[in-house]
This record gives sequence, C-alpha cells and structure tokens, in this order.
Amino acid sequence: MVGCNCETKLKGILDEYRGKSGSLIPVLQKTQDLYGYIPKEAMEEIAQGLGMLTSEVYGVVTFYTQFRLTPVGKNIIKACHGTACHVGGAKAISEAMEKALGIKNGETTKDKKFTLEEVACLGCCSLAPVVMINEDTYANLSESNVASIFENY
Amino acid sequence: MQDKENYRIIVGLGSCGIASGGRKVYQKIKEEIKKRNIKVLLEETGCVGMCYNEVLIEVVINGSRILYKDINPDKVDRILDEHIGKGNVVNEWVAKAEGIATLDDSFFAKQERIALRNCGVISPESIEEYIDRDGYKAIEKAVSMSREEVVKEILNSGLRGRGGAGFPTGMKWRFAKEAKGEKKYFICNADEGDPGAFMDRSVIEGDPHSVIEGMLIGAYAIGADEGYIYVRAEYPLAVKRLYKAISQAEERNYLGENILGSNFSFKLHVKEGAGAFVCGEETALIASIEGKRGMPRIRPPFPAISGLWEKPTNINNVETLANIPWIINNGAEKYSKYGTEKSKGTKVFALAGKIKRGGLVEVPMGLTLREIIFDIGGGIKENRKFKAVQMGGPSGGCIPESLIDTTVDYDSITATGAIMGSGGMVVMDETTCMVDIARFFLNFTQNESCGKCTFCRVGTRRMLEILNRIVEGKGKEEDIYLLEELSSRIITTSLCGLGQTAPNPVLTTLRYFRNEYEAHIKEKKCPAHSCEALLRFEVIPELCKMCGKCAKACPENAIKWEKKQVAMIDKDKCIKCRACITSCKFMAIE
Repeated sequence: MVGCNCETKLKGILDEYRGKSGSLIPVLQKTQDLYGYIPKEAMEEIAQGLGMLTSEVYGVVTFYTQFRLTPVGKNIIKACHGTACHVGGAKAISEAMEKALGIKNGETTKDKKFTLEEVACLGCCSLAPVVMINEDTYANLSESNVASIFENY
Repeated sequence: MQDKENYRIIVGLGSCGIASGGRKVYQKIKEEIKKRNIKVLLEETGCVGMCYNEVLIEVVINGSRILYKDINPDKVDRILDEHIGKGNVVNEWVAKAEGIATLDDSFFAKQERIALRNCGVISPESIEEYIDRDGYKAIEKAVSMSREEVVKEILNSGLRGRGGAGFPTGMKWRFAKEAKGEKKYFICNADEGDPGAFMDRSVIEGDPHSVIEGMLIGAYAIGADEGYIYVRAEYPLAVKRLYKAISQAEERNYLGENILGSNFSFKLHVKEGAGAFVCGEETALIASIEGKRGMPRIRPPFPAISGLWEKPTNINNVETLANIPWIINNGAEKYSKYGTEKSKGTKVFALAGKIKRGGLVEVPMGLTLREIIFDIGGGIKENRKFKAVQMGGPSGGCIPESLIDTTVDYDSITATGAIMGSGGMVVMDETTCMVDIARFFLNFTQNESCGKCTFCRVGTRRMLEILNRIVEGKGKEEDIYLLEELSSRIITTSLCGLGQTAPNPVLTTLRYFRNEYEAHIKEKKCPAHSCEALLRFEVIPELCKMCGKCAKACPENAIKWEKKQVAMIDKDKCIKCRACITSCKFMAIE
C-alpha cells in the first residue's frame, strides 16, 4: 500500500511479540489490520520473525475464516447467514446486495469501495436478517431496503 | 433551571440497541439536554432482552423506573416535555414500569434473572455501578473461604456448563483443583459460534464484570494465577467492553497481585478468536490460544490435567461464569431451588426466527417449550402456524409441534434428539422447509469441519451433496437410507463434538418430518413452498381464499384476481420473485 509504511510497521509488530508464546494469531490479526489482508511477503516476514516455517504460518492463515489472502475494498459488508437470518430470508438479502453492487459473494467492487462476504452468525439473531458494514450492524432488513444502507459509505 | 439531580435517562446500547438506531436516540437526547439546559444524567446500558422493542430507553426519577419501547429520535422531545418536564409518564410507549400494566408484562412474568441480573440495568462501562449491585462481594467472600469450600458450594448448587455439554461445573473445578502442578490456567470460552445464540455476547456487552468475577472465583478455587477470555472477533463491542472492564478491575486490585489483600493473584488476558466454530471445543480452543490451527486432539488427557501449554486448565462458558458470583453471594441452596431435579437453576435462551418477541430471556429450568415460545415469546409472527423449534444449533435438532409441551431441562431436550446446547431457540413456521434447514446446518458443519477426521471431513460433504440434490428436486429413493447410514458412521468415527453431533439436524428432521423428505424426493414438492427449484408458481384452488393479497403484492401485475374468484398467475409475466408466496397467509401458492 502506498504511504502505509507497512513493512516498517510489520517489523514493529514482530518486535513487540517476538519471544512471546502463542503470538502468531495476534500478529496475523495486526498484520491484516495493516494491509487489509495477509500478503505472501508478510507471511514470509512473520515466519522469519517468529522463527517458524512459512508453511506453518500459511496453515494458520488458511484455517481461520478471519484471515484473507487477497486485498479487500474500503468497506467490508458481512451478510449474516446464521440460522435466524437464514429462516428470515438472508438468501434474498444477499442476492439483492449482489445485484445492487454488481458483485458476487467474496468479491470487491471495481471502485474498491465494498467487499461482500457471507458470514456464519453475527449474534443479532432476534433482529434478523442482519448485515454488518465494518463495525455497524443493520437490522430487520428486507430485499427492498437493503441497498439503502450503502448510502452511508 | 429545574433541579433534576435525581433524573436519569438510560439508553439501551447493546448490539441490538445500536443496530436499531440507539446511538441516534442517545445523540438526540444529549443535544436536547444541552439545549434545554436541564440537569439530567444520560447513561447507557446493555441488553435488557427485549430486542423486539428496541430502541429501549429508561427514565429514572428518584428511583422510579419507566422503560419506554420503540423509541426513535422523533419521540425524544415528547418524553422530555411530558415525563422529564411535567412528570407525566407517556403511557402509550411504556414497555415496563411498576404499577402500569402493559402488553409486554408477560415477557417478564415467568423470568428469573440470575446470569442476566445486571444486563440492561447497569452501565456496563461503569465498575461503580457493578459494585453498587453487590459486585466483587462474591470474590471477597470466596477468598475468605477455603478453596475446597468454594468448589463444594458450586458443586452443591448443581450448576451445569451452559455452553452446551451440561457437565457439572463443580466437578470440573474439582478435577482442575486436584490436578498436580504449580502453574494452572483458567479460561473463559466466549467463542459463541452457534448460529442462533447470542447470550454470551449480551452478557459480556451488558455485564462484563460478572464474567470477570466468576473467573476470579474459579481461578481461586482451582489455584490458577493466569487466565484468558477467548472471545469472537465478530463481537467488537464485547471485546471493547472487556478490555475496559479488565483495566477498571486492575485499577481497583480485583485483578493483579494479592487481590483484596489475600495471597491470591490473577492476571487476565483477552484473546480474540479468528473465526473457527470448532474452537468452541476445549482442546481446539487451547490450540488456538497457543497460536496453532484450532484442531481438537484426543482426550484424555483432559485439559484439567494437561491443557494450555500442557498445564492444568479449566474452561467455562460465559453464562456459566456469570452465575458464579450470584451463587457465592446467595448460596448454593438458593440457586438449586430453581429448576428441576437434574437441571438446577436458570437458563438463558435466545429467541429468534419466526417468533413475535425475539430477544433474550432467562427462565428457571423446567418450564415447557410452550411457555417459553408462546407465553414469553408471544407466539408466531403473522399468526402463522408453529412448525418446529431448533435447539442446540448445528449440534442440535428440530423439535416438532407435537412435543411443544416438553419441559426444558438437559435430559428432556436430549430425549427429543435435540440438545440444550448454548440456548439458541430458532422458531420455525409452516413456511420453513425442514429439508432446507437440515441442508443449511450441514453446509455449516461441512464448512467448519477442521478436517482431521475423515468421516467428518468427507462424510459431511457427501451428506450435503445429497441434501442439495433433494432440495433441487433431484433426490433419489435411496437418499434417505444413505443419509442415515452416513450419519451413524460420522457419529461413531469423529473425535470431537462437532463431528459427533453434525448429523443431528438431519436425524431429527428425518425423525419428525420424514414426510417432507419424501415429498421432495417422490412428488418433487416442497410442502413449505420454500425450495426454489420445486416452486411452480401456481395457485392451489382448494386453498385459495380469494382475498387478493397476492395480486396486490405482485410487482409485475402478473396475477389476475377479481372479488370472489380464485387468483391466477400469468406465467409469462411472472418473474418468480416469490412476493405472492410470502404474502399468502393460506399456503395457497406452490
């Protein structure tokens, strides 16, 4: 990323956690905060910094759903597909969002503004169906009104 | 300027309150207080459980509390004018108040709030308010007791693990206490992964100190000096409030060295999970804290003997821990008076799905499903017909209408084929297809299988493929047999709870709704009129009540209808949007 100074910052993160046990996941979380995803080069850097094999790092990255291997848009839309949202019509909501944004689940809009992700459960079940954009939750959505939530971004 | 020293307005700002617009209401009240130059304390609180009535605000005047429902910024002025200004309660918006009867009273009538005692009452970001309600008194009492006495108290209370398995908490503590080793760990499992359950989120968002205090008591009892809260990263508000609560507790020496002058010390860390359902399993959770792939391992040795970094470790769920301080303060005997013989105390349930009053309730064990769903939950949305309630998430099952009078305790629920689980209750009506629900859960477990055991990894995928073809109308006669066969193999050959219970949603729906599977396979029909591939978009003349709702709902004017005539769908115009099916209250369009 231009102007991020990410590499120096990553070195700082590694210095902070070096020698501490169980630090791989927090290091990866901070790395993702930095880049928006986990680039291959960062995985190599982390492996070296924490004294691990790159394959071990890659194994952890691919195990957890939080970690991404590709860049994302500025805003991340999480469409809840938990049980209550499923029963409440999450599929139709996702389809409406795909249509409005012109992308499929997992993709990013051309202007890099939004990335659309289906997630398991956001824990707002009594207000289903629910969508989260970054850290804001939108509740009781319907096919017809869901696109309006993008206007805030 | 009026003296409103004792006037307080509290806005519900749990995740559900915020999602319903709570912050805007809060902001509006803040501005108005400033503009009107009145002395009113504005505070926030967690979830009181009435999610269906959000945004909720409470006006407290000299200790008398009035809870208002469905508040938006436009309603704020009237409350400030009439209630704060003139002392007149705005009756029509009241959800709960002493001396005022409301329709929502029945929501609370059968509840007993122990784990949720402070949720929606105190400000979760204020340790003072927690302390005012007997907070941190229990740890004070506990450190004056012997460790064995503490374990005995919890054992006698009959408390069983609220995360799902229902193992007696006191017994777990005893194993960890008796394990040899200088260094021990105490972990709180806040990796609430069950889709459909959100009590752990609400407890942490609404009353984080009760969880910390529960951990302190447990750590003291087993002899641990270090602990972790493993919390889902999907719950940003809960994470934020935990960090805040921990630093407040450290400032006051409820955490740290020589707590309350005793020789008990406890250091607490927060670990944010990275998204893996299997990490709810103890050994997988431990692997995850250690920074590895969260895969379960063979037990024994159990974590009580060899857990985190091979040290004796105890793990309890959030709700379990929130009960602990209450039990120590009020005594095991009082706690065990609630509930049934084998399931003591209260349990929190998350009501969601096609239920009128979705939210969080805490009831004594032993109520019937009917009491919870109809008396408390208000019955089914749009007055449709109740079909089933899903309990226990991906490890659980669907309990049909014929068993609605089942009492809710660990053993009775297990007997139905479902499990108590963490307490999610997703209610389904006649429009929910049970084959699709089974498919939904198998899709989930298949995704979340860590891949270690072959039958869980491959078997769940094969089951999903079968279910996919059934809902697509391509099911074969032998598919039901195949599902049953695969189920029994996966159950017997999986290492951890995820695989051992993954087939449950299929098995319970096969047990109670076999006819729906058969209808999909043999008649290529979905009785719930839900599976897309099987919809024909035709009106069933015998069921049509000629009300015309479908014609009004159709965005393409594709439905011909006149008074006293059966509706007709013009297939050339129909775009298959399902608006007609959703609008029909008589299941007359298939």
